[in-house]
Amino acid sequence: MGKKLLIHNDHVPGIHTLDVYRAHGGYASVEKALKTMTPDQVTDEVKKSGLRGRGGAGFPTGLKWSFLAKPEGVARYLVCNADESEPGTFKDRYLMEKIPHALIEGMITSSYALGAKKSYIYIRGEYFYVARILEAALAEAYAAGFLGENILGSGFSHDCYVQVGAGAYICGEETALIESLEGKRGNPRIKPPFPAVQGVWACPTVVNNVETIAAVVPIVNEGGEAYAKIGVGKSTGTKLISASGHINKPGVYEIELGITVEDFIFSDEYCGGIKGGRKLKAVVAGGSSVPILPAELILRTAKGEPRLMTYESLGDGGFITGTMLGSGGFIVMDETTSIVKNLWNFTRFYHHESCGQCSPCREGTGWMEKILNKILAGKGNLSDVDLLWDIQSKIEGKTICPLGEAAAWPVAAAIRHFRAEFEEYVKNPSSIKDVKHYYRLNNLVEA
Amino acid sequence: MGAQIHGTQKFNKEERNKIHFTMAALEEIQAIMKRYPEGKHKSGVIPILHIAQAENNGWLSAEVMDYVASLMKIEPIEVFEVASFYSMFNLKPVGKCILEVCRTSSCWLMGAEDVVRHIEKKLNIKDGETTKDGMFTLKTVECLGSCGTAPMLQCGASYHENLTIEKVDSLIDKYKSEGKGRYYTDRDYHNTL
Repeated sequence: MGKKLLIHNDHVPGIHTLDVYRAHGGYASVEKALKTMTPDQVTDEVKKSGLRGRGGAGFPTGLKWSFLAKPEGVARYLVCNADESEPGTFKDRYLMEKIPHALIEGMITSSYALGAKKSYIYIRGEYFYVARILEAALAEAYAAGFLGENILGSGFSHDCYVQVGAGAYICGEETALIESLEGKRGNPRIKPPFPAVQGVWACPTVVNNVETIAAVVPIVNEGGEAYAKIGVGKSTGTKLISASGHINKPGVYEIELGITVEDFIFSDEYCGGIKGGRKLKAVVAGGSSVPILPAELILRTAKGEPRLMTYESLGDGGFITGTMLGSGGFIVMDETTSIVKNLWNFTRFYHHESCGQCSPCREGTGWMEKILNKILAGKGNLSDVDLLWDIQSKIEGKTICPLGEAAAWPVAAAIRHFRAEFEEYVKNPSSIKDVKHYYRLNNLVEA
Repeated sequence: MGAQIHGTQKFNKEERNKIHFTMAALEEIQAIMKRYPEGKHKSGVIPILHIAQAENNGWLSAEVMDYVASLMKIEPIEVFEVASFYSMFNLKPVGKCILEVCRTSSCWLMGAEDVVRHIEKKLNIKDGETTKDGMFTLKTVECLGSCGTAPMLQCGASYHENLTIEKVDSLIDKYKSEGKGRYYTDRDYHNTL
């Protein structure tokens, strides 16, 4: 069994309540930080830990914190990104629902380090019931004196609020999230200025993912160096992986970074192998945005080394033969899966979720969906595959926010690794199951 | 002054004057606006629209949005531009229970299309439509973060996961016999994580 730092107590009855959470060592990081450490010492421990943003980008958290501008007399804010909308990702929901105090404790300790007197947990609207769980936990924390004025007599005061969204994938992008928190449409901002200088209400703001903030708790409790000893190289600590798709044991697993992908998919400790004894065909390792890899490349790198669950190993080979750890949304597909249909599903998602600000993304995602519709309705040409490739290459890098890349990468990877499947659908439309279904789903007129 | 709503909605001043939210809802709305720094209460528009939608049978009419704007002391367009951006806000009438079936990624891999087709057949409606008795609306939605318990559907605050055709049938029967409206803001919820 690997070491667990975040959800090791998820099976304890009543762990969502403050009393049980406290009985299992909860809120120790608040006491330690506020009573024995300066804010900069807390930040230093986070830097030493090597913790990287767990929302998907993997940016070093301590470094992000150190960018926060601290002008005199201007309020600073910590905002938790609990928008979790990346298809294949449900770890934050699990953590907040099972152990809400783990996030709240992290919010208090992190806010102390940042000098933020107020913080907001921006949670996607669909998780309304999870927001209720967090609100109940916040009320308990206030009653116990962990929130409010002069916490534990330290002189540090802090208020934390839950803010619900209303259904928009784009609000997981930090500047769109900030716009939404300000009560606006979730249109990403042009950077710079970065949120660390001008975030919510034009004040310096740090936006961190739920899991990132929760990881600050064990880092403060046990020290950044102890945390950094777990993992491999620059992939330190533990990571929550949301495992779904054609596996025997879907669910949220906390892994030590550095286990092999093969172990994660096939061992009984984790996914327990492919459902029904079928063969593994492909994996999307870090949420729908990251490049899909065929079985042979997800299990081993192009150099033939075992692929590890780390930022570096999953990225080995770049996008030609590698992928990304991303948010840890690990979607497994068996041999019966149609890669073209799966791509159509992803592309429809990005078309639906494009905010519409940038033309390459607004128009390009729609064009890609239409072309895939056409192929799946048995009306494709070989040139359509090249056209798809061309469109995705003209979205990537040409938009304000990374939704453009998120929409382009899955298309590029599917064609790169599974071009023969696209060509088979074009050359032999009778091999497509359920053609009429795609006609109807997409309101095409049957010829 | 009415909300300048384009498209499907018309504004009716008499209807607007008839709108009354419950005292509990009005109190919650005032409390929400206090969560933000002085002068930044516009930040509350999304949580407040959720309350408004639950107060108005699950949808936001032009009159309700205008009323929200007056409660918040912001311009009607500031409410409408938000309401029209986010997928959880309904700008036309809906059934008492909206069956929101996740159609993305893992749910799709695990059979979401079969769930959708079954509901369409059982209730004799298509995606986006409402049953004649006003009880159910079917809506396919994008990833709801329930990928490990796919396929799934959301109704109001509740998540119904690891769906089978039998589970869908018994859920529909249960909701039909109870006959009440279900909203995201409901404090009683069900989930199976």
